Amino acid sequence: MADQQPPKDVNDKSQHEQDMGRRNFLKNTGLVAGGLVGGSLFGGLISGGLNKTNEKNDKTAGNDSTNGIEITQARQFFTRHQDFKVLNAATELIFPEDDLGPGAIKLGVPYYIDKQLAGRWGVNARDYRHAPYAIDLKDVDQTAGPGGEQSILDRGMIFLQGLRKMDEESQKRFEVTFDKASEEQQIEIMTDFEANEVKMKGVKASEFFILLKQATLEGAYCDPLYGGNINMEGWKMKEFPGAVASYANYIESDEFAKLDPVSLRDYQGH
Amino acid sequence: MVKKLKKVDAVIVGSGWVGGIAAAELTKAGYNVVILERGKNKKHEDFIGTKDELRYSRRYELMQELNKDTITSRNSMDKEAIPVRNNMNARLGNNTGGAGVHWNGMSFRWMPYDFEIYSKTVERYGKDKIPKGCTMQDWGITYDEIEPYFDQYEKTAAISGEENPLGASRSDKYPNPPMKDTPNIRLFTKAAKALGYHPYRIPSANASQTYTNPDGETINGCVYCAFCEEYGCDFGAKADPIGTVLKTARKTGKMELRNNAFVNRVSHDGKKANGLIYTDTTTGEDFEQPADIVVLAGFVFTNIKLLLHSKIGQPYDPKTGQGIIGKNFTGHFNNLSTYIGARGFFEDKKFNNFMGAGGMGSSVGDFSGDNEDHTNLNYLHGYEVHYSQLGSRPIANNSVPYDTPGWGKEFKKNSIKYYNRNLFITAQTGFLPNKNTYLDLDPTYKDALGNPLLRVTVEYTKQDIERAKAGVARCEEIMKEMGADKMNVDIVRDDTVFDHKFYTDHFFGGAIMGATPENSAVNTYSQMWNMENLFVVGGSSFPHTGNYNPTVTIGAFAYRAAEGMIKFLKEGGNLAVKPLEENA
Repeated sequence: MADQQPPKDVNDKSQHEQDMGRRNFLKNTGLVAGGLVGGSLFGGLISGGLNKTNEKNDKTAGNDSTNGIEITQARQFFTRHQDFKVLNAATELIFPEDDLGPGAIKLGVPYYIDKQLAGRWGVNARDYRHAPYAIDLKDVDQTAGPGGEQSILDRGMIFLQGLRKMDEESQKRFEVTFDKASEEQQIEIMTDFEANEVKMKGVKASEFFILLKQATLEGAYCDPLYGGNINMEGWKMKEFPGAVASYANYIESDEFAKLDPVSLRDYQGH
Repeated sequence: MVKKLKKVDAVIVGSGWVGGIAAAELTKAGYNVVILERGKNKKHEDFIGTKDELRYSRRYELMQELNKDTITSRNSMDKEAIPVRNNMNARLGNNTGGAGVHWNGMSFRWMPYDFEIYSKTVERYGKDKIPKGCTMQDWGITYDEIEPYFDQYEKTAAISGEENPLGASRSDKYPNPPMKDTPNIRLFTKAAKALGYHPYRIPSANASQTYTNPDGETINGCVYCAFCEEYGCDFGAKADPIGTVLKTARKTGKMELRNNAFVNRVSHDGKKANGLIYTDTTTGEDFEQPADIVVLAGFVFTNIKLLLHSKIGQPYDPKTGQGIIGKNFTGHFNNLSTYIGARGFFEDKKFNNFMGAGGMGSSVGDFSGDNEDHTNLNYLHGYEVHYSQLGSRPIANNSVPYDTPGWGKEFKKNSIKYYNRNLFITAQTGFLPNKNTYLDLDPTYKDALGNPLLRVTVEYTKQDIERAKAGVARCEEIMKEMGADKMNVDIVRDDTVFDHKFYTDHFFGGAIMGATPENSAVNTYSQMWNMENLFVVGGSSFPHTGNYNPTVTIGAFAYRAAEGMIKFLKEGGNLAVKPLEENA
């Protein structure tokens, strides 16, 4: 599990690393205005991001498509790093790295979710959003509204509240943040969310769980254009070949077709 | 202020199969037609290179956005309805071509039994066989009378199929041979035959070869890329209204299709429809489009909402049984009449589950309609069992055996392992109308134009539950014969209730057809009995739900309705068919 923990908090890094990061940032962007760059918090954030990028680039040297993804890996929606760390841990718990291949974090799932929450899906743009909202559905109507459909909260607000609640539960029960809790402790909390044993405000914990699981699977298996399924590793594990133009030559055969996956980037031929 | 536009021969709500067929036939006959489509403008070009599961199957790009209009839903008359707020629970067609763009292409005909269901039931079992509260009725037409229109639609839509060995007589064979065969289909077929059933290839609108229809429109041969359901076809290989009837109508120069035109109501004087009042949702301006005939060719919810809101016909009252608009709402409901069955997991077999086509598969009709003797069964109508290789896309397909947890290590392992090692067979059942399942206007919730939303009330009855149980049991039997090592068999409980999900787009009724105004809103030409220049066409006219996918039957009745419209315009107005004197 250790490898799959979210990137270390900037405060864990040495002052030297942070300074290196800031220098790289200034060099790379040409941003030197004193008014913009100043204060330890800003410097720390910069170094956190850059160090992470450099580490990953080293691992995947020579792979152009990964380099393209890296630059899009910054938070659009989540403002607090701790929320994002809980998201990392929670998605990895749902879809962990194993001997079949990468888990949620390496597939880019947390950044995928961050991007989705920053867009139309996060604010329920397509949805009917008029009052009155049904807060207490009768027992028989529990099937209505999975994923918080009947909540007045939008998906972004549900995620923020849900992740913070997970963290809070972890600190309350185990005196440790969710991302630093043991696997067993994390499983206990996630199980309680799934079973709606935790009280949330304006939405059920089980509805947040449905949303979280759905979004995790989306991030694992969407086209890489969305920032998840990095390098189509999700598809490779699952033996789904993506946007293949034609199966006319394979479809009648009894043989299983092992095909290299095709992304929409490749398929559309831009 | 409502701006009045220049009068045309016909104005149509909706550009799906029904509106498209009406437009093609009317314009070919020389009449000027305006189609009002509230969705966006779409061309085949929009669908090229868009094999994107997230965008179409999870963000529902082609479906009706619910922010302007939706429905409310309840599963019993004594409850308050709640609005269906997002597309997870309602995938309703929208945009140019409507649901006809993103359908799977399954192209069955409904059965002779369906059209005369009341008479045939009484004849075979006696009146007492019909459960109390069940409002099933004859349609006022026989299979033989509708058969030529079936043939016409099948030829327009390039249907590829083989004859159902238990099917009704046909005036001609399918215009194209069935699609290619696959190991998955062969396995199902072999098992069904071993059990003594009569499987045959599902007729499909995914064309098995490049084909030119009688209007001169070409549908390309399918390449089995498996992006049909919820998608527009990448290759123009699935018959849809854009590439067929709308194209045909456009060629005449007599059709104008206005997108972003949200119809508010039918303007009328109580006897005659004058036209349609609509809002251009790009500017907010209101218009009236006058016409000699008005055609409601929207989805069932749109048609019924417009009738109720325009105060046309008498609304159905479930307490008294009086009134007709909104009566006999039925459908293929998600947790009862479709998507339920048996999923088999295979340890040693691996299937190319990611290949396929929406209408590709094999079906068993031995239990359809009244093919089985219902004397000792506690339900009427039946079910069709099929395996369909429509393509398993990876976000939506993570099935694991029931003993695997829903997330975490074991889930990941098994969802990946079984992705290409599981097959699902499903029973699609008929659904008969009951007096408490109907449509009316919601007292609380409003749409973007300030009009009440349509309210859907669905109560399942005992016979619906029993029919579903029988269907699932048959799926289990066949899956066992197919040699699955493990099975997930769906459970239908005695107290299963409607779950507020409107996935299937197979919903019917509310302005039902019949032989007399006593028990129907429209005649068999989908013409309103009491407003002769108003045609309400599509699933809204079906008095019950058969056990097959509906598009071909909707297409057939659209052709018949178009014939009625032309007759009306030619003869200067009258009923295309006279009501029967006695009650049906």
